[in-house]
Amino acid sequence: MIELEGLSKRFGAKVAVDRLSFQVRPGVVTGFLGPNGAGKSTTMRMMLDLDNPTSGSVRIDGRHYRELAEPLKYIGALLDAKAMHGGRSAYNNLLCLAQANRIPASRVSEVLDIVGLTAVARKKSKGFSLGMGQRLGIASALLGDPEILMFDEPVNGLDPEGIHWIRNLMKQLAAEGRTIFVSSHLMSEMALTADHLIVIGQGRLLADTTMAAFIQENSRSYARVRSPQPERLRDLLHTAGFTPVEVAGGALEVDGASTERLGELAAEHGVVLHELSAQRASLEEAFMQMTAGSVEYHAHGTSDPGRSAPPGPRWGEGPPADTGPRWGAGGGSGTEGI
Amino acid sequence: MASLPAVLQSEWTKIRTVSSTIWTLAAAFLVTVAVSAALCALFRSTFDDLSPAQRLTFDPTLASFSGMTLGQLAMVVFGVLVVGTEYSSGMIRTSLAAVPQRGTFLFGKLAVATVLALAVGMATSFAAFFLGQALLGEHRTTIGAENVLRAVVGGGLYMGLIALFSMAVATMLRSSMLSLGILMPFFFLVSQILAAVPKAKTVARYFPDQAGARIMQVVPDALGGTKVPYGPWEGLGIMLIWVLVALAGGYAVLKRRDA
Repeated sequence: MIELEGLSKRFGAKVAVDRLSFQVRPGVVTGFLGPNGAGKSTTMRMMLDLDNPTSGSVRIDGRHYRELAEPLKYIGALLDAKAMHGGRSAYNNLLCLAQANRIPASRVSEVLDIVGLTAVARKKSKGFSLGMGQRLGIASALLGDPEILMFDEPVNGLDPEGIHWIRNLMKQLAAEGRTIFVSSHLMSEMALTADHLIVIGQGRLLADTTMAAFIQENSRSYARVRSPQPERLRDLLHTAGFTPVEVAGGALEVDGASTERLGELAAEHGVVLHELSAQRASLEEAFMQMTAGSVEYHAHGTSDPGRSAPPGPRWGEGPPADTGPRWGAGGGSGTEGI
Repeated sequence: MASLPAVLQSEWTKIRTVSSTIWTLAAAFLVTVAVSAALCALFRSTFDDLSPAQRLTFDPTLASFSGMTLGQLAMVVFGVLVVGTEYSSGMIRTSLAAVPQRGTFLFGKLAVATVLALAVGMATSFAAFFLGQALLGEHRTTIGAENVLRAVVGGGLYMGLIALFSMAVATMLRSSMLSLGILMPFFFLVSQILAAVPKAKTVARYFPDQAGARIMQVVPDALGGTKVPYGPWEGLGIMLIWVLVALAGGYAVLKRRDA
């Protein structure tokens, strides 16, 4: 169990982490989500006592990190993959760490085998690709066979096979009853691996919830209908007890209606439909909406990410659906969410 | 608390498994011994050209350490790299995650590297002395002569302290390039030049290398050099104070700064 209490970090005038309090519970994968620059890495560095908090504290099973005699046996962490001496072999890089925590040298070969680096164990690590570096970093995290594992953006820069491997590894480690704390700026990645979710933006806690609850709350299903007879269709829907919302392009969005029901209703009353589709707001959108006010580096010139995002300057003017980038068109909804 | 023997063992593995260790230490040994030998041979062949005063105060022991001005630079590189590569590679974060007690980490690392530097320094000093004396011919001295053993052992201590001073400076500056950029010109140029300038030399003689090098002199004002207001052991003491201040600074930086 990791407990953060009022953890804050200030770099000069800039507040990187702002009174963060949450717990990382054992036996589950906790996703730590936030846009770039939200303070995820700073928080993780403070958890490992690498950065000193301006105020607040982190406790690991009730103790400060510094009070752990052989910390690699409690917590294994992958912060950045290249945090090894490039002139030293993979094996020797791990051996230094193992010896410092009185971990037997045989364990070094074991973890190299787990991450699939046995063949290059004696090679200097500076020749490693990003994926191999990431695997070496993970091997160092696993070295002390710790109960708690922390991974900072583990899939960054990996090829699909590497991503798949890391996902499975995390699931397997969680299944063994370990505590997994993994950061990412990709909601889609979290949705696949995390059981619990902690969302931060500009250093502040935005959500601390289970993945299931987050999906429940944020993945709105609705139907989209478009008709050359919009007035009739709207009246018809009102009569049937729905509250359609008109969106750009003259289409209507109807919450809580199945496409079957709407199709039958239209046929019954002879209303022509040009479009009828089931829609689901993606979790990515929900996440972007949640953090919209706290994204530090905005890219300008793209359309608003979410349907009900805080009204931007152009919102309400009914921007033509075909002007923005394709992924942003039609209110940014995907037909098939996560 | 992390166990100290474990940290020492880990740091020894770190030092032994990078190639810069062998290169820098071998360079320190070879450059010092070779340059000293060459200069000793030169002294012998040109001894008659020296002025009578210089001939009278010729210090054969010091002459056999004359290559150390150059050889110590390799020691500086060794000391800087031992600490600096932790920062340049990012290994420092991995290392501190394994040993979060920063005092234990730093002094474990510095202890291992200093013992190694001292051992190489001693070997260098003795080799330079014996080879130098052999080449000086009839102008030679012996290890049994008064104060000579002190000077030879002192030469080894000097090399070790130069390495430790460099490690401490690198810990303060947290960068190999910056540390080398300051230490190399300082030891090779600034200190040497200032020590030869009339007014500046009264200050320069308190620089770590100038003060520490006093231990290698047997004849106090050899070759027309001016007399310094401290003895050989006091000189080494002055150097030690520099080292301790740099260590305190390095420890304070490591303790307080984010890794």
